[in-house]
Amino acid sequence: MYNPTVAWITFRALFGRRRALLFVLPAIVLVVITLALKGAHGTVSDWPALVLGRVGVGAVVPLTALLVGTSVLGSEIDDNSVLHLLATPVRRRDVIVSKIAVSALTTTLFAAVPVLIAGIIAQGPHKLAFGCFIGGVLGSIVYSCLFVLISAAMRHPVIYSLAYVALWEQLIATLVGGAKYLSIEQWSLGLAHSISNNGDLDSHLTFTPSIVLAVIAVVLTTWYATQRLSAFTVRAD
Amino acid sequence: MSALEQAAVPVAAADQDGPVTVRFDHVTHWYGNVVAVNDISLELGPGVTGLLGPNGAGKSTILHLLSGFLSPSRGAVTIDGVSPWRHPDVFRTVGLVPERDSVYAFLTAREFVTASAKLHRLPDPKAAAERALDLVEMQQAADRPISTYSKGMRQRAKVAAALVHDPKVLLLDEPFNGMDPRQRMHMMDLLRGLGASGRTILFSSHILEEVEKLADTVQVVVAGRLAASGDYRTIRRLMTNRPHVFVLRSTDDRALAGVLIASDAVQGVELTKDGLEVHASDHGTFTRELAKVSRAAGIGLREVVPSDESLESVFAYLVGS
Repeated sequence: MYNPTVAWITFRALFGRRRALLFVLPAIVLVVITLALKGAHGTVSDWPALVLGRVGVGAVVPLTALLVGTSVLGSEIDDNSVLHLLATPVRRRDVIVSKIAVSALTTTLFAAVPVLIAGIIAQGPHKLAFGCFIGGVLGSIVYSCLFVLISAAMRHPVIYSLAYVALWEQLIATLVGGAKYLSIEQWSLGLAHSISNNGDLDSHLTFTPSIVLAVIAVVLTTWYATQRLSAFTVRAD
Repeated sequence: MSALEQAAVPVAAADQDGPVTVRFDHVTHWYGNVVAVNDISLELGPGVTGLLGPNGAGKSTILHLLSGFLSPSRGAVTIDGVSPWRHPDVFRTVGLVPERDSVYAFLTAREFVTASAKLHRLPDPKAAAERALDLVEMQQAADRPISTYSKGMRQRAKVAAALVHDPKVLLLDEPFNGMDPRQRMHMMDLLRGLGASGRTILFSSHILEEVEKLADTVQVVVAGRLAASGDYRTIRRLMTNRPHVFVLRSTDDRALAGVLIASDAVQGVELTKDGLEVHASDHGTFTRELAKVSRAAGIGLREVVPSDESLESVFAYLVGS
């Protein structure tokens, strides 16, 4: 399912563009905020959970995943270089899985690992840092699946991905009770909470629904992205 | 042996399984309300076929239908009996050179072609890549990033990637765009060799001369319809024998009209506000006689403009005929 040549081309494309410089910005902001709060409050208040949960898992992970996930396939579709990849007998499912793997790994490196680093800066090696890191890894995977699907299915994937993060996750999922079950942020925080047992994380789901819903989302988005890529059509000039 | 001589010779014969047949059966394709391809039926076998037509005629749509990047709105497209739509396995026998200049510009040509060989799961991707780079004479520049290439070099890198698995069917969309005359000649030799060795080559072009030099058979497409199909020489004769329209301005257009209508090479004349419009049945005879008869009549020629030399007008004539 994973095709190393597709992944290699994707990595080269991802880091061959200036856009790659943007990947580190959210992480830098997270670390700077953490250092500033540590300097101001030490470790005595509840700020580490708020920063790691709200800023780290809730903002840095989805924003980084958005930048990466829409680049790994969307950019190639935009400039039509994807034709060179698709004019081969490689199975479309393998293309999608490889693109998601690259996106998830890159997002983990540029978002989940910085969450871990920020956690260690805040409280030292602690369950909160580790829990948020694992939650961030889960978010990196599921967001990557979603944003690769959006890239395969729609023109202007950045706009739709941004709409999902800003409108659905930050607005609707916080205001409408049932929407939390369809929020990747909530699945990530649910996992982080179940590992860290930290009540200050703004989590509304427990371990089991978080994992089950995330797995269902990964399977469905990967399947549908494969269907859309299989029906890829060249756009008229 | 020079690279050019090598290119003229070197392609191996298509393997034992025999030639592949490419077929369009009453194919129509719409983009929204626009009909890009309109009820086209054709069958291609081994050899080089030129897909000729003005820009926007539907050539790229035909190639994308063949490579499975579009599905027919009506009718059927098959390559060896299999529809290419949603069947990427057809690329085991098909190579595609897209028109658009988008390639993985951050890779070198060697990396690009080797990656293509790996995606085709060839047993020795490096050797296959070297062979393909040799065929398009890209060895010397193969380790430079494609972003530093001229348009012609990018075209050759794309052709190498499409040839790396030695396909039986090669589809090329405007392959000579951006190539200098020497590169063009080399590419023509290469494609001619591939066609002669039993492969089915279909290339699109809007330039008559390219098609004339290379293609055994021609499919002429105008406004999404197949205007003419078959042997190039027959079609060319049809094009040559069509009436040619000239617009003339002279010291006395009315008198010139009287003189010209007596000529066997002229079918008709018409006085217009722009001058005298002449329909000549024989291009060569008319252009030779024009100066002679006007001088004999004491009429000075100020302007002679052929008004239907564009490819579009040639195609329009073919459609009309």
